[in-house]
Amino acid sequence: MSTYRWLPRAASLLVCLLFWQLAASHHWNLWLVTFANVPTPGAVVEAALGLVDSGKLAQHLSASLTRVFEGYLAAVLVGVGLGIAIGRSKWAEDVLLPPLEVIRPIPAVAWIPLAILMFPSSELSMVFITFTGALFPILLNTVHGVEGVDPRLIASARSLGAGRGAILLEVIVPGAAPSIITGLAIGMGTSWFCLVTAEMISGQFGIGYYTWESYTIQNYADIVVGMLLIGALGMGSSWLVKRLGTVFTPWHRPRGKA
Amino acid sequence: MEGRIAISGLSIVLGERDQAFEAVKALDCDIEPGQFVCILGPSGCGKSTLLGALAGHLVPNQGSLQMDGQAVVGPSQQRGMVFQQHTLFPWRTVRENVAFGLKMRGVSKAERLAAADEILALVGLEGFAERWPNQLSGGMQQRVEIARVLVNRPRLLLMDEPFGALDALTRMKMQALLLDIWTRIRTTVVFVTHDIDEALFLADRILVMSPRPGRIIEDFQLDFPRPRHTELMTTPEFTLLKRHCLALLHHEDGRQLPRLNPLGLPTDHSTPRFAI
Repeated sequence: MSTYRWLPRAASLLVCLLFWQLAASHHWNLWLVTFANVPTPGAVVEAALGLVDSGKLAQHLSASLTRVFEGYLAAVLVGVGLGIAIGRSKWAEDVLLPPLEVIRPIPAVAWIPLAILMFPSSELSMVFITFTGALFPILLNTVHGVEGVDPRLIASARSLGAGRGAILLEVIVPGAAPSIITGLAIGMGTSWFCLVTAEMISGQFGIGYYTWESYTIQNYADIVVGMLLIGALGMGSSWLVKRLGTVFTPWHRPRGKA
Repeated sequence: MEGRIAISGLSIVLGERDQAFEAVKALDCDIEPGQFVCILGPSGCGKSTLLGALAGHLVPNQGSLQMDGQAVVGPSQQRGMVFQQHTLFPWRTVRENVAFGLKMRGVSKAERLAAADEILALVGLEGFAERWPNQLSGGMQQRVEIARVLVNRPRLLLMDEPFGALDALTRMKMQALLLDIWTRIRTTVVFVTHDIDEALFLADRILVMSPRPGRIIEDFQLDFPRPRHTELMTTPEFTLLKRHCLALLHHEDGRQLPRLNPLGLPTDHSTPRFAI
């Protein structure tokens, strides 16, 4: 990137902030959308500081992070495991894929009522919602990656004496790794997306709950604080997954670097 | 010496149902241990299919394939395979790639890495052991591929147009290097090519194949003295044999057939089965 390109980029962000400030402070009414109830950037900063001072931030954060971590971890185990099975075996594909294909288009939000009925605690049902959100991107990318492994590499490994187990560990898994990591990063994002929706309905703590609660008790500045926190957490955890991914796939770099 | 090949009545059918055709038909051939055999033929004539059957990647529909009296069943370390495009594992360094076969045999890490370094020196790649395969040039990648097969000391070395994707100059250097290595690590070699010069330069014996169904139409010995040098390619004897081979290859009516490979028909990856 050229050295001066940060300038227009930063300027663009500043212009957006300025627009927000003007629109919110003058309560602009732009026909379709109104800024009458939108807090100004300054009010949002104040609300954020207030949240930090109240000591509840850690509680909300840890509640959300725990739910995402649990659901996501389960999705990683199930998604990668099933993905490898489906990608490698016609039999597994025929047995496992049809039900998964039926469930896949159902958005996580639509699961909420049934999840509440099915699980003993609301905590578990929220974890389940984050699980469903992360599962499909991980599963499908794993299947895609496994099926994309060059059959010549597998043939070569067999000619070099590799058995079934060695082919799986030495060829299939590393061959599918870049695609699996893409799935993990996408899954992280959707996992957050689903958590927040789940928390809005059945939560006690958590960032999503905080955001929705702020609306019901008319703390409009807090809503934006919640929104920004969710965005930052989603972005941060996806970034973390990608970083970890590049650490684990050192060969997967553009030619000549490394 | 080991590495005697006996092929009798071999037929291989590729494709499914009404698309099926005989890529190789009723082929008989015996290869002496330590012989360097080139199979010469036009694209799609079934020479790679024959190679795939020798490697154990393709199952014959009829006839028998034997090495040293034992039937060929599935791939084995004894029958090493070099593809036209390298099949090095991108996630392993050059050294680990070469040591892969020994790892599969349970050789200790220190021992197998030392053996890999030794064979890398033989193919002239001492300084590249720590690199990733995609950091090497095409010629270097093929050298690593050959080293990775030879580290297993196979009785039979199968090569499917291994230098076909290289530029002319690199190809000539690789041919000389291959002959040099072969004098040190003696194995039976079956080398598939459609390059007449390459076949005449390398081989003890040339089998010319004709397509659909694939069968051997000519089988002759070459007694050019070894070691061979590039000057050989401009001698009158060489030119005479080249003319003979050209006539054999032109014998066909110029049908363009799809390329086959040692794993069967070319696979079509253009349409993903399943959208994300």
